[in-house]
Amino acid sequence: MQINKPKNITESIAPPSGAGGAVLSASNINKYFYEPDKFQVLKNISFEANRGEFLALVGKSGCGKSTLLYILSTMDTDYEGSLVMQGERLTGRTQDQLAAFRNEHLGFVFQFHFLLPEFTVLQNVMLPALKLGKYSNKEIEERAYQKLKLVDMQDHALKQSAKLSGGQQQRVAIARALINDPTIIMGDEPTGNLDKKNSEVVFEIFKQIAHENNQTIIAVTHDPDFAKGSDRIIEMSDGQIIN
Amino acid sequence: MNLKISLQIAQTHLLSKKRQTLIAMLGVTFGIAMFIVMISVIKGVNKFLEDSALDSSPHIRIYKEITSNHPSIIEEANPSGFNVTYHQLPKNELINIKNGLQIAANIEKEPSVLGVSPQISSQVFFNKGPVPFSGQIAGVDVMKEDKLYDLKKRIKSGNIESLLSTPNGILMGKVLARNLNVKVGDKITVTTPTGNLKLVKIVGTFGFGIQTVDGVKCYANMSMVQEILQKDKSFVTDIHIKMKDSQAALTYAKVLHNQYGYKTQDWAEANSAFLAGDKIRNGMVIMVSITLLVVAGFGIYNIMNMNVINKMKDIAILKATGFAGNDIVSIFLIQSIIIGILGALLGIIIGFVLSYLLSSMPFDAGDFLDIKTFPILFEPKYYGLGMIFGITTTILAGYMPARKASKIDPVAILRG
Repeated sequence: MQINKPKNITESIAPPSGAGGAVLSASNINKYFYEPDKFQVLKNISFEANRGEFLALVGKSGCGKSTLLYILSTMDTDYEGSLVMQGERLTGRTQDQLAAFRNEHLGFVFQFHFLLPEFTVLQNVMLPALKLGKYSNKEIEERAYQKLKLVDMQDHALKQSAKLSGGQQQRVAIARALINDPTIIMGDEPTGNLDKKNSEVVFEIFKQIAHENNQTIIAVTHDPDFAKGSDRIIEMSDGQIIN
Repeated sequence: MNLKISLQIAQTHLLSKKRQTLIAMLGVTFGIAMFIVMISVIKGVNKFLEDSALDSSPHIRIYKEITSNHPSIIEEANPSGFNVTYHQLPKNELINIKNGLQIAANIEKEPSVLGVSPQISSQVFFNKGPVPFSGQIAGVDVMKEDKLYDLKKRIKSGNIESLLSTPNGILMGKVLARNLNVKVGDKITVTTPTGNLKLVKIVGTFGFGIQTVDGVKCYANMSMVQEILQKDKSFVTDIHIKMKDSQAALTYAKVLHNQYGYKTQDWAEANSAFLAGDKIRNGMVIMVSITLLVVAGFGIYNIMNMNVINKMKDIAILKATGFAGNDIVSIFLIQSIIIGILGALLGIIIGFVLSYLLSSMPFDAGDFLDIKTFPILFEPKYYGLGMIFGITTTILAGYMPARKASKIDPVAILRG
């Protein structure tokens, strides 16, 4: 329905730029929580993210980094300020338009892996692409296998996703985030729930995506090793960027 | 919105929770099955009662109304005066229809008329020992009467042809015959209201399955009844008419009244008690059906609601990966529709089987009704109606949880 409209705008306003071009810019973002009392979580946050950049958002619990990430993810629309991605102003758009935008341009990896448990690994990876409807089913399946290969999960493609281990599920979630070749991939503590070995695997995949595929990664993390390996660290405290 | 993916997701959801799906389906199935059984039984009973009432009564009856309700001479002469008339009696009127046989012949020429039976009818007493039994005797042309009421089928003993060959024969209602303890070949004395006696021979018994007919009515040859009433050969008191279409009788009765001036009574007027009962039963069907469907609807609403609550995480993921509100609504609505269609189909099948079993169940209504099994109506219309009701209810009941699902805020769930 509304899928085509934003896509066309994207192509006309922001032609694919090489590494270094800003793909995301947030300016003067303010956010309040009203329950139980009015409380300002984010204070005048402005920053940009470039194509192919691996960004880590760090800070203590409650500093607002997750809140910021969900605003950037377009799922939280209750904020002040403006958010521009790929040259498109996203602030003030309807939920359905934002959903279409997310489908095409954003990928997500969450802390608790969040696959659809009743579906097979392959189906989980394919769903966002089926929704986008840019390729035929056969092509989508082929692409899904490619992405699964990237995270080394191609052998488990036909298993039910609920039967995988945590680390395996997280790798599948990354494959799913990649299926539509999004410009930006967001992670909310993508390694928060994984052991050291699996964390390293995920980290390596992220790094590869950023540097080889030229896709931007913004990840909230508590893991100092993970943050250290990123291209840029944004440190937050009390709703402000301090570094 | 891409229905194909929604359908695929809905299908996976339904199949992964088979037991839950089945229970939701059975809710609809039970509602629809009971609806089908209820409506089949009640419609069947209605139709049976209507048929047996209509079969044994004419579509139109023409007769002369005797009433003492006419102005006295003094009132006609002095309309503005203060007149008192005590004990006004009816005029000495003949109760016959003048030229009745000729009128009957004319009506019979009408193409919409199935048959006409002129008859002479009178109250009589049957004397059996010291006790007089009251009854009604109708002098008829038995072949014409057969055309109207299918008498041959209703004969329980003897036959109608022997009435033609026996001038003083009568066909007696089976309940009356049993009360009088007489059977075919027996003779019995008939007393008319004017005091004439006649010894008649019973040549057959019949049963319409209606006590008010079987317990009082007798058929005899027209000439014999005219003779015992001391009337001439053209004396008829009633003309019974059957139309090809019973609904047409309602208007045709008025036409006949205007044409011949005699009182005409159509079947709806004669059976108004039956028809009122019909209306009440139909009202009951509607109430019970709505109750059943609402209960089934609440069942689905509950289960779909639970389903949405269980699937909150999935909905959040779908939304995060770019599924819009409409997609989510369609995913859950499709599940309800599938449950509704399968449940209603199964309900229709079970409803049919139950109705069929009921229709073959022996049912003894005694003399009151002439049936051996439950009267059940198998009407495809009601099966279609059940299907439509079932699906509509599920769509309505499924839409609310589906809308709720589409309103879920993914951030609240993904953040934990």
